[in-house]
Amino acid sequence: MSTNPGVWVAVIMTIGIFSFLYKDNPLYKFCEHLFVGISLGYYVALYWNNGVIPKLYIPLFRQHNYFYLIPGFLGILYFSRFVRKYAYLSRWPMAFVLGAGSGLSIPAILQARIIAQMRGTMSDTFTVSYVVMVIGVLATLSYFFFSREHKGFLKIASGIGIVYIMVGFGATFGYTVMARVSLLIGRAQFLLRDWLGIID
Amino acid sequence: MNWLVKLSKIDRRVVFLLIGAAAVIPLLKPLWLPVHVTEHVQKVFDFIENIPVEGQAVLLSVDYTPETFPELHPMTLAILRHCFTRNLKVVCMTLQPAGPGIAELALGTVAAEYGRKYGEDYVLLGYRPGISPVILGIGEDIKRVFVTDNYATDLGDIGMMDEIRNYDDIALVVTISGSSIPESWISYAHSRYGQLIASGVTAVMAADFYPYLQTGQFIGMLGGLKGASEYEILVERAGFSRERKTATIGMDSQSVVHLVIIVFIVLGNLAYFASRRTRREEV
Repeated sequence: MSTNPGVWVAVIMTIGIFSFLYKDNPLYKFCEHLFVGISLGYYVALYWNNGVIPKLYIPLFRQHNYFYLIPGFLGILYFSRFVRKYAYLSRWPMAFVLGAGSGLSIPAILQARIIAQMRGTMSDTFTVSYVVMVIGVLATLSYFFFSREHKGFLKIASGIGIVYIMVGFGATFGYTVMARVSLLIGRAQFLLRDWLGIID
Repeated sequence: MNWLVKLSKIDRRVVFLLIGAAAVIPLLKPLWLPVHVTEHVQKVFDFIENIPVEGQAVLLSVDYTPETFPELHPMTLAILRHCFTRNLKVVCMTLQPAGPGIAELALGTVAAEYGRKYGEDYVLLGYRPGISPVILGIGEDIKRVFVTDNYATDLGDIGMMDEIRNYDDIALVVTISGSSIPESWISYAHSRYGQLIASGVTAVMAADFYPYLQTGQFIGMLGGLKGASEYEILVERAGFSRERKTATIGMDSQSVVHLVIIVFIVLGNLAYFASRRTRREEV
């Protein structure tokens, strides 16, 4: 059994959180609140050390690059939300972030997620999987075509589309189960190996 | 059929207990169930296997946080073992604030196994805020995005970084992530700079990323614990590592738990139909 205090803390937290499976209890509540508090403190410190210090403090106060006053000032305007009278000022940095972000991401995302994906449905090799994929794309798109009542051919196509969507949901759900079980296995491995030392 | 109706009213804690037992017992007594290597994992392995030793580096982006550690960390270890065995230079970075600690842990573990030296064989650039500006910035000049490494050493003072300027000097970006960060790597590094990208993702995210495999935007992908296990098998099969295969051992538990879940789903459905029939008969 481990003599490392860090391992013991992790073990108490793990058992505390798992105790919720039996029923809600004070130990679970304690662990939950501790996690939220520590996470917040940890991330504030991380963003301060990795964001504010290297991206604002050092350029401004050590390198005397006063151009950084502009983004610094815009950043401070976010805090104007705490004063009702000046809350409207927080829209300026938001507008800047939205404008710059959209300009940066729209062409890239259009290329990566729409044009490249459309190109992916056009192939010069006629295989079974290709036919299945093309039918799936068209049928699923027809399900989301709401400008006309789903009857006749559109009803058949959208019906096939639903089958594809359900298969997609099923695959996603299966993967989700696998992911959650993996986390349980990770904790079980920690308890059995790092704490109890009964497995290699 | 009465027992089926009774079964549908079983206390959920019994189900939790059975799932727990199904996860723990195979860890205590591994079954060593066979793991089939899928095409997408094989492609990542083959690509790294064929990178010339004196050529470009591998950029490993540790884009995950502790909550996805059990699934993703074995992938990081297996890929690092492969790269270090092949004497490839590894540039490690992260786009997650909590990533540097995890990356440091992985690099420390594997570098010690293979006797690799910091600054000569690998480097940890650390974390920089913002995802798209960082990925785009690396395409221009990595030293402008990461002026210093994770330990505040100027990149100009790190020997192996002399030969690495931007994506031209990087053979492959491997992003290990439990979020949508791999999509950003595709949108900004692949679309704009044509950088080849492989991903290691949690099982939850895997279904979302399959379309990128079909289009070739990812050269390959490791999905969840299964993907990690496959890579561990490939690394071991090639004789690159004899270390403990955490993911592969975990896959025994995974298979048994899945079997229990399937049994519960079947029983649950049978119980549902049985209780519906009983209700109809009562009416």
